[in-house]
Amino acid sequence: MSRHAHEHEHERHHAHDHSHPPQPDIDSGPMGHYQLMGAALGELLIEKGVITADELRATIELIDGKSPEDGARVVARAWTDPDYRRRLLEDGNAAVDALGVEMPDTHLVVVENTAKVHNVIVCTLCSCYPRMLLGLPPDWYKAHAYRSRVVREPRAVLREFGTELPDDTEIRVHDSTADMRYLVLPRRPDGTEDMNEEELAALVTRDCMIGVSSPKAP
Amino acid sequence: MARFAPGDRVFVREAYPPGHIRTPWYIRGKSGVIERVCGEFRNPEELAYGRDGTPRRTLYRVRFMQREVWDDYAEHPGDTVDIEIYDHWLEPAA
Amino acid sequence: MRGIHDLGGLPAGSVDLEEHEPGYWEKRIDGIRLLLADRKRRLITVDEMRRGIESLGKDVYDRLGYYERWTASVTGVMLEKGVITTDELGRKMAEIEERDKARLERAGSGDG
Repeated sequence: MSRHAHEHEHERHHAHDHSHPPQPDIDSGPMGHYQLMGAALGELLIEKGVITADELRATIELIDGKSPEDGARVVARAWTDPDYRRRLLEDGNAAVDALGVEMPDTHLVVVENTAKVHNVIVCTLCSCYPRMLLGLPPDWYKAHAYRSRVVREPRAVLREFGTELPDDTEIRVHDSTADMRYLVLPRRPDGTEDMNEEELAALVTRDCMIGVSSPKAP
Repeated sequence: MARFAPGDRVFVREAYPPGHIRTPWYIRGKSGVIERVCGEFRNPEELAYGRDGTPRRTLYRVRFMQREVWDDYAEHPGDTVDIEIYDHWLEPAA
Repeated sequence: MRGIHDLGGLPAGSVDLEEHEPGYWEKRIDGIRLLLADRKRRLITVDEMRRGIESLGKDVYDRLGYYERWTASVTGVMLEKGVITTDELGRKMAEIEERDKARLERAGSGDG
């Protein structure tokens, strides 16, 4: 690191508290040290022909195109089609592929909530997350508090999300440490018998598929 | 060929080497039951240093009882945590 | 020694539920990492990136935001592999910083 960068770094140290507020975007003020570094890395890789500007643009579009709506479609299909549900639990990759979601580099394990068992997902080591089904993970999923505590006091953590489970429900935490990625198949809420697949999908939020919340009938 | 099958009881090695390790600290030295065999995967401890990650290692999902992981576990006694662990971190329980 | 990233079971405060939409610079480093790791390039594995993050040291790890850590690590691995050099990186960062200053000056004069 250059002397200049070091000084810059030093200034940041004092300017920056430990709570990691949302990062300012490029338009709102001078670029931070790591924003400069990321921009420089991108430009150098393009100049050298390692990547192209078009590939980078297309990749960012791909990232923008992923959202929990894909996961919700999968859940709603599983709720309405018992055969699909069985396939989803047996071979997650093949089942989501059938709905147009490819997960080429990871293995999808779908874990089903029942009257007796509630599943919740975490990555205590970094931020492994089923991005192809849910998009980018929320800030809290990547932060210290959730990663530290949900493996040790899951009920207390779920309560902070407003989720109260019956006393006799067992919680099964899934720590994504390696090549598997997890999706929670929540329970279909009572009172939704007349709803179609599309209406059901609208009930399935991102947090339900991480396991910190449960879908509610409208 | 996988050394363990679903239902087998295993111990996680109580080892603390430096380097890039995907076996969480909190589970080392604990015992659990094989939930499933995930397949063979490149070894992250090698991949982390730019090598090719071979030989591949068998990866398992191991289920642990929370009350056996944490001495002071205060929630449901049936609660569990499932963790992916590579073969070389596991030993058969006696 | 316990890794700085290895958080399971450590004491911590309540979960901060506030979220922010990822900015362009955050998605850019995410996209760069995906491209560098793809089948065509294979210039970085996810474990190399994680190792770079885990090697930042506790002070830096705790202080940096999520994508700041990614940027530090991915850039570090590209330096190690000789894809870019320190000199190129330093010059390019200085050039972009000058462009950024000029942009802010233009924006400032536009307001007044």
